[in-house]
Amino acid sequence: MPESRSALFNQLQQDILQLQGYKSNLAGNAVTLGLGPMLAAFPNHSFPIAAVHELICGGVEDAAATGGFLAGLIGGLMRSDGAAIWIGRSPTIFPPALNYFGIKPERVIFIDLQQEKDVLWAMEEALKCRGLAAVVGEIKELGFTASRRLQLAVEASRVTGFILRHQPRNLGANACVARWQVRSIPSEAVDGLPGIGFPRWQVDLAKVRNGKPGSWPVSWAAGRFAFATPKMAILPQVLKKKTG
Amino acid sequence: MSKRYLTIWFPHLLTDWFSRRQPALHQVPLVVAAPDHGRLVIVSANALAQSQGIDTGLVVADARAIMPSLIVINNEPGLGNRLLKNMAEWCIRYSPLAGTDPPEGIVLDITGCAHLRGGEEKYLQHLTTRLSGFGYEVRTAIADTIGAAWAVNHFGPACPIIESGTQRAALLKLPPAALRLEAEVLDRLQKLGLNQIQDIIAMPRSALRRRFGQQLLQRFDQALGDQEEVTEPVIPLEAYQERLPCLEPISTAGGIAVALERLLDTLCQRLALEQKGLRTAIFKGYRLDGKIEQVSIGTNRGTHNTKHLFKLFEEKLPTIEPALGIELFTLDAPKVEELSVLQASLWQGVGGLEDNSIAELLDRLQNRVGEGHVHRYLPDQHHWPERSIKTAESLTETPSIAWNIHKPRPMQLLSKPEPIDVAAPVPDYPPMLFRFKGKLHTIKKSDGPERIEAEWWLEGGQHRDYYSVEDEEGNRYWLFRSGHYTADKTHQWFIHGYFS
Repeated sequence: MPESRSALFNQLQQDILQLQGYKSNLAGNAVTLGLGPMLAAFPNHSFPIAAVHELICGGVEDAAATGGFLAGLIGGLMRSDGAAIWIGRSPTIFPPALNYFGIKPERVIFIDLQQEKDVLWAMEEALKCRGLAAVVGEIKELGFTASRRLQLAVEASRVTGFILRHQPRNLGANACVARWQVRSIPSEAVDGLPGIGFPRWQVDLAKVRNGKPGSWPVSWAAGRFAFATPKMAILPQVLKKKTG
Repeated sequence: MSKRYLTIWFPHLLTDWFSRRQPALHQVPLVVAAPDHGRLVIVSANALAQSQGIDTGLVVADARAIMPSLIVINNEPGLGNRLLKNMAEWCIRYSPLAGTDPPEGIVLDITGCAHLRGGEEKYLQHLTTRLSGFGYEVRTAIADTIGAAWAVNHFGPACPIIESGTQRAALLKLPPAALRLEAEVLDRLQKLGLNQIQDIIAMPRSALRRRFGQQLLQRFDQALGDQEEVTEPVIPLEAYQERLPCLEPISTAGGIAVALERLLDTLCQRLALEQKGLRTAIFKGYRLDGKIEQVSIGTNRGTHNTKHLFKLFEEKLPTIEPALGIELFTLDAPKVEELSVLQASLWQGVGGLEDNSIAELLDRLQNRVGEGHVHRYLPDQHHWPERSIKTAESLTETPSIAWNIHKPRPMQLLSKPEPIDVAAPVPDYPPMLFRFKGKLHTIKKSDGPERIEAEWWLEGGQHRDYYSVEDEEGNRYWLFRSGHYTADKTHQWFIHGYFS
């Protein structure tokens, strides 16, 4: 009875996930981030919201690429009227660029803090606030205790947290649900047109709890993630903007 | 409820002040003098000097003739008023409405305050004892009107409390000078042999007005309570203020927290009734040694949520130094705004910027890290990238113009463009390669140029021609050339941002 056995396994897997604090997102409040083939890597085939994600970036170029990918995710979490908080050392993100990723820049609150421990404190406070869609914190080093505190905060409030780590010195284990790494890769020409194509990144999911790590080339086209080369036919208005 | 006023008179204000600083002066006849029309005229004399017939208004030379050993101190201009103002501020612990009555008096509106010390008699005694303890000779009186209290204070008998409604009887035996009249009118009254108020109080008003002017009638009315007279408080009364006097001085953290909680409760109840929310609040503790300890908080959106406000204050409470103890707590809300009940309930848990929980979160953050760390950006009417955004004033401010979404803007913008070395082929072409921070980038793809003119009405400088470029690794940059391409290479290339 191989079929019933696999059904049993699936059921057990679900139960374990429930016990580990994963709520099924299928209960009506699923967020569609348009992650397509990436979803297979996550538990329950859904992007883990109400969790803390960790994004590692090397240089400034990587930070910009990570910011773009992150903005795409947050745009999906915020939908049209959500709000997000971005906590960092100095204003690194240029707010008008967020428009491109479907975020209204005036709905993002930027908090500039110099001390790393202030950033952690502010992040924990922000993650406890149910009114937010997402919280981003720029933290270089993240210990296990600190990440555990953040995880506990999001479990109560169901807010999704992202930690941007610029050139971290040690990449030890922590309580974050996933570890991402995003790098820019050359864009693909759209229908042979000259100039720069859509933003394109190699997105590595280095770690994910209860999931399968993977790596995908992702581009951002027509206001959503695209996993194949975008075609002219689906985005005439965007192309018009870019060439005009 | 009828008003009650307390007047304080310092008969030797200036001399007492100098004697306080040099106790030896208590034992000698002392006057304070100020120059007037080329002579030194006495403005204040102590009791010893007065017993020798030396009083205010006398020229110092004459006084010296009477008493050669007289000690004369020159007055500092404005000293008297400054002393009175400080005294009045000190008196705020007895009543929030304390005003000065130059040159030597203070007026307190003590309506509804006396019961706090167990009745007017004890109240007056407490105040008098404390002031005398500082080394000032004081005379005090309580009455229904400022005029009556002043009259009894300066000319009355020892019993200084005029029961409510009996001011007329109390005034009868006093001289007309008790009515605070001009010297000219007083002279005339004296010439006519009218030495007591009872001589004139029964006269027809029209006759009084004709002979002595309107001022006499006005002073009568003010003393009897027919015409209202108010004093201007030294510290303007906060519209939203709560006070908590303590029976025993409080010096523990727990006690201070309880006091704050009680004040917040009463203030928030009042705010809720009036459908208002406070934006700033100041919590003050008046210490036994005369110092005032205070902490203040601000909020992003008007609120009367006691718990939230307490949380904001809680972080700052340890900075209050109670020393010997705090005898009075006040809570002021200088900035209050209208708040609709409907809105408050709508904002509960809707998510987004309108959610109350976000306003409260930002309050907590600002409270801890201080002003200037929390920003929200709105589009501004400028094309120059650095100036194309401005900081929002409040959490509710919405963009007045639309965001410009038709031109590419980088994810990360350098606060200041950094110069780069480039190799560019012909005019108006993007560079083929550029060097930045020692690294050589070969450009594979590029878009542009987008010309952004310098805002000459704000500052000088060249226009910028922006190019978005992508190097061989796939990193995307925002470069610009400052000014036109020129053969003598006076133009310079800069990097200004990173695209995602």
